[in-house]
Amino acid sequence: MSDIKYILGSFGDPDEMMHGIEKLQENGVSIYDVYTPMPIHGIEAKLGIKRSRIDIAAFCFGITGTCAAFALIYFCAVIDWKVNIGGKPSFALPDFIPIMFELTVLFCAFGMVLTYYASTHLFPGRAPRVMDLRATDDRFVIAVDARENAAHTVIDGLLKDAGALEVKYNERKYISYE
Amino acid sequence: MSGHNESILREPLITGDNITYAKITDDILGPVENKPNKAWWIGFIVSALGALLWVVAVSYTFWNGIGSWGLNKTVGWAWDITGFVWWVGIGHAGTLISAVLLLFRQNWRNSINRSAEAMTIFAVICAATYVVSHMGRPWLAYWVLPLPNQFGSLWVNFNSPLVWDMFAISTYFSVSLLFWYTGLLPDIATIRDRAVGTRRKIYTIFSFGWTGGVKTWQRFEAVSLILAGISTPLVLSVHTIVSMDFATSVIPGWHTTIFPPYFVAGAIFSGFAMVLTLLLVARKVLGLENYITMFHIESMNKIIILTGSIVGVAYLTEFFIAWYSGSEYEQYAFINRSTGPYWWSYWMMMTCNVISPQLLWFKKIRLSIKATWILSIVVNVGMWFERFVIIVTSLHRDYIPSSWAMFYPTWVDVSVFVGSIGLFFTLFLLFLRVLPSIAIAEVKLLLKTASEQSKMKQIKEGHENKEYVAEYVESLQKFDSVKQEDYAKI
Repeated sequence: MSDIKYILGSFGDPDEMMHGIEKLQENGVSIYDVYTPMPIHGIEAKLGIKRSRIDIAAFCFGITGTCAAFALIYFCAVIDWKVNIGGKPSFALPDFIPIMFELTVLFCAFGMVLTYYASTHLFPGRAPRVMDLRATDDRFVIAVDARENAAHTVIDGLLKDAGALEVKYNERKYISYE
Repeated sequence: MSGHNESILREPLITGDNITYAKITDDILGPVENKPNKAWWIGFIVSALGALLWVVAVSYTFWNGIGSWGLNKTVGWAWDITGFVWWVGIGHAGTLISAVLLLFRQNWRNSINRSAEAMTIFAVICAATYVVSHMGRPWLAYWVLPLPNQFGSLWVNFNSPLVWDMFAISTYFSVSLLFWYTGLLPDIATIRDRAVGTRRKIYTIFSFGWTGGVKTWQRFEAVSLILAGISTPLVLSVHTIVSMDFATSVIPGWHTTIFPPYFVAGAIFSGFAMVLTLLLVARKVLGLENYITMFHIESMNKIIILTGSIVGVAYLTEFFIAWYSGSEYEQYAFINRSTGPYWWSYWMMMTCNVISPQLLWFKKIRLSIKATWILSIVVNVGMWFERFVIIVTSLHRDYIPSSWAMFYPTWVDVSVFVGSIGLFFTLFLLFLRVLPSIAIAEVKLLLKTASEQSKMKQIKEGHENKEYVAEYVESLQKFDSVKQEDYAKI
């Protein structure tokens, strides 16, 4: 076995790439990941990726915001220091709603996006783990782990049949460290 | 996405032939990767001088207090709050385009959302500075926050719309920034992977290590959709709460239940006008005619007619309700608006916001870039006067005729306003140079389905209904970026 770590099929067209994924899977080749310059719908079903649960996180963060806002206002305006405004009740729920709404949105947005960054390992200054520099430009790249899938010539053939413009053999996982 | 052709009855969202994914990247990154041209430098120098004026005027205000403005005992709010509401209103189009149009699956938003969102952020920055400088003692600005303090903790008044406004504006600014930046990540990664040296290092930091893997994209789309879902009510709430600053008061002319929807419509109206003002120039100077097409311009003009008409109805409703209320103070406030000493500002507002946008019903005007550009500026002049009318004419003649007064701006008032426009354009021009002005990834999504060349291919395959083809070719006549001779033979 050589030092080849990853085989990359670089496609110029998303439909051909989808076709390439099908071909590889029909032949029992496991796909490591696919890098694309834009979201491709239907690809997650092919690669068996489950539905994102980020919406559940978003809801939990949102409801936390609602409760936090209510608790803050209730404490300040009803418990800690009641302000007598013309003898009106200090527990004036309608007046609380705007801030409760705003904090719901604020908590939901920040909580969800930070969860997203954490779960996909995105943070400022992170070294980009890039396999092919054109995958953010005009190429749709299928990455196959070369050690798990031994039949390199078969993979090469399958990728080229599906329409890959280029098949690369990377000896390092990520070229971006070079 | 791919594999399904869009009906040819829809106008293309990307024009031109030989557009490839690589060409989209090259076209959009052109201004970012190359040295700026003369037009950019001239614009930048003029705006930077404006921004400098703003720095001087705001510093002068901080040093001397708001006595340096033309405010008096009767007119306690004038150009400052007018400018604040004007900028917040302009800031509404960005989120509207990115959130509401995403929920309605209006794909034409893909080419204009990025710069509109940037514009939102810069407009809200301009608006926020007005609020801070109006505080008089801006170093105590943190007093608007419910922080424990040595006065017993005396908390902020949660019944006050001004406190709601603080929460609304800061939420709106930070959520818009988050939405904008998350959307930018893939595009920053595109710049990063094409750059070398220091540029690559800088963009590496800002790209957060984006790679474009399947899971990243899948969650990215989920996040974008939810952000759109929560930003839609957010954008409506922000201007609603701004309007409540007035509507919950007892000043005749302000105490009006119609204010929230009327302000929101006005905000969208002025926001789209500002998007047009900026993009009509940007598409020409940056050579983006193939991505921001006449269809986009026409669609925005249609939104301007709609929201302008809503604003017109609101003006008339206000007038009717003032009469119908039977309250003589309310009636006088409106009679004074239209015929009193500030009649000219009222009629300026009526002309610019209600009458002149109706010209856009004419297809010729709607499709003329020059006319659209002029009208977009007229709309924002009108919207500035709308806020001036609401604020100043309601205040200047209050309950005691002996305290009636006029408002005269000082050079500081004028400089803060003119300077804030300079600041806005400075930030926008810098944005055009360092970040892609169009969402690259989102435009790439349209290439295979909604571009002129994909529709051309569909026509050439010959399975399309002849009538549909004829209708499609006719609809292309308005595009300045389509080679009409290509369709002559079909």
